[in-house]
Amino acid sequence: MTDRLIKVSLLAYLALVFVFIFTPIVASLVFSFNSDRFPSLPLGSFTLHWYETVLSRPEILEAAKTSLIVAVSTAILSTFIGFCTAYTDYRFNFVGKSAFLALALLPPTIPLIIMALAMLSWLAQIGLSGKVSSIIISHTVLGAPFAMAVIRLRLNDMDPSLEAASWNLGASEWRSMWEVVIPFTKPSIIAALCLTAAVSFDEFAVAWFVSGLNKTVPVVILEILQGNVDPQINAIGTFVFFISMTLIIIAQALLMSQGRKKDASA
Amino acid sequence: MTKPLVVFDKVEKRFAEFTAVKPTSFEIGAGEFLAIMGPSGCGKTTTLRMLAGLEAPTGGEIRFEGRVMNHVKPHERDTPMVWQSLALFPFLNARENVEFGLKMRGVAAPVRRKKALEWLDRLGIGQFAERNVAKLSGGQRQRVALARSLVTEPKILLLDEPLSALDAHLVIRMQSVLTKLQKELGITFVYVTHSQSEAFAMADRVIIMAQGEIAQIGKSKDIYRSPSNKFVAEFVGRNNIFEGKVVHVSPEVVKVETPIGQFAVPHPGRAVKAGDPLSFVVAADLVQVGTERPAADNVVECQIISEQFMGTTVTLFLEAPGGEELKVQIGQRELEQIDIAGGKRLFASWPAARAHVFGAKGHA
Repeated sequence: MTDRLIKVSLLAYLALVFVFIFTPIVASLVFSFNSDRFPSLPLGSFTLHWYETVLSRPEILEAAKTSLIVAVSTAILSTFIGFCTAYTDYRFNFVGKSAFLALALLPPTIPLIIMALAMLSWLAQIGLSGKVSSIIISHTVLGAPFAMAVIRLRLNDMDPSLEAASWNLGASEWRSMWEVVIPFTKPSIIAALCLTAAVSFDEFAVAWFVSGLNKTVPVVILEILQGNVDPQINAIGTFVFFISMTLIIIAQALLMSQGRKKDASA
Repeated sequence: MTKPLVVFDKVEKRFAEFTAVKPTSFEIGAGEFLAIMGPSGCGKTTTLRMLAGLEAPTGGEIRFEGRVMNHVKPHERDTPMVWQSLALFPFLNARENVEFGLKMRGVAAPVRRKKALEWLDRLGIGQFAERNVAKLSGGQRQRVALARSLVTEPKILLLDEPLSALDAHLVIRMQSVLTKLQKELGITFVYVTHSQSEAFAMADRVIIMAQGEIAQIGKSKDIYRSPSNKFVAEFVGRNNIFEGKVVHVSPEVVKVETPIGQFAVPHPGRAVKAGDPLSFVVAADLVQVGTERPAADNVVECQIISEQFMGTTVTLFLEAPGGEELKVQIGQRELEQIDIAGGKRLFASWPAARAHVFGAKGHA
């Protein structure tokens, strides 16, 4: 009886946590289709008006385009760097390896505002501030550790004999990289691409500092909000939420299928 | 032995903190089935890995058909290996795994597909060609690994404890698959194992390694009957080892005083004199037991401690005077003839010629 009670209360607690997390998002979703100017109950009528106005504003479309370019470039660059770091960790032993790893995993521990200021002043020094590339560089710094962590997890499951077996069968070390290491880590590479794209797509603080005139979507949202409260924000928010969630769900599904395969083969 | 295919010439492997293989020399004949056996950490796997180019020797030379291989990269050698973990590529199906070596050699897709299927058929798993390797049984995966290594038609196949993960009944079946394949292909097999039953059952010759050195090299039967030192005698098992001092020397026979009595052993063929230490072994299956004292040399009166039933044979553990243990292996049916009930005295005996003196020359 008490077991059952504990189970029910734990489930209730879990449900409460989810309600707490998702209520604002759901509210935003609901109000994005609401005809009233201000978010209040009872709801007005259903409308797509706010989506129409968003799509008719060139600065928002421009921001979406910038965000897309930044997210895709960041995903590719971070995943490449993350893969190289993870493989170095998997394959080689060298003096100072733990320092190397600590350094590689450091960026997410730095407060974003400090990171943003540092990036701004450094990029200004080398003449790269206020460009799309400056956002890409900054986001790659933030994204690479995530990519590394995800790919490293997968590499840890790789039988050390697997690469040696491919050399033994006539593959050079580079060939083995293409024929064995990359196919083996492919699910985690795709997951890393999705995760880093999502990190970049959502990131506000650093983008706000270094973006200059090339604003990303979160930066534009803040600018609209600073003007007035406008239900267009709900429409943009809903759109951003679905893109990020899709990316995260793809990444999570890939990582979970890895875990299942591991269990099955063990 | 025919012309050597591989020569290990004073090959040595040192790591930063220990020496895995001390300078070691031996030859592997073309078409030979050689087993390298020893306890874990004896250097057997390192020896095999050096042959595959996965470790570089720190001294000496490895020659393959006369060519020095020390610095040849693994992928430039034709020394395929069957791994202990099998190391099948999990993202490829059985056929693609087998094709891998051919693909690396630039063989056209239709040709390699055909060859891979031929090998899978030959090993009796043709119907699983398109199946994911994770969905195959242990024995089937073993066969995929074998096909993958043999598809390039190498002159030598290296096997690193390939049967250690299989169930006992599958081990026996795979042993016969392996010996049959080796005979049919006529290529050299180098088989590393810690299991003496695997090594003795399959190999033409066996190398026993201990602490980075060869303890003995020879045919299975010679190693079993004439271990050259105490380590080999103990490793091979089911041996009674006696250590004592020479008390009397005659041209044919030497008498040795041991803690459990005085025994006659064949003359070792090297100079011995009274007072020299001398050790010898008597294999457990060469000892006779009975309830009556036989009128023979080398009789030990002892008491039965326990018996270990092993199918058609039984190993008796006897206690000799002074608490020394004596092992006797006899047939199940023979044992039925002997009345061992009630802790009766038993007499263990063996003719002098059955004893083997360590380091003896010229006879087995």
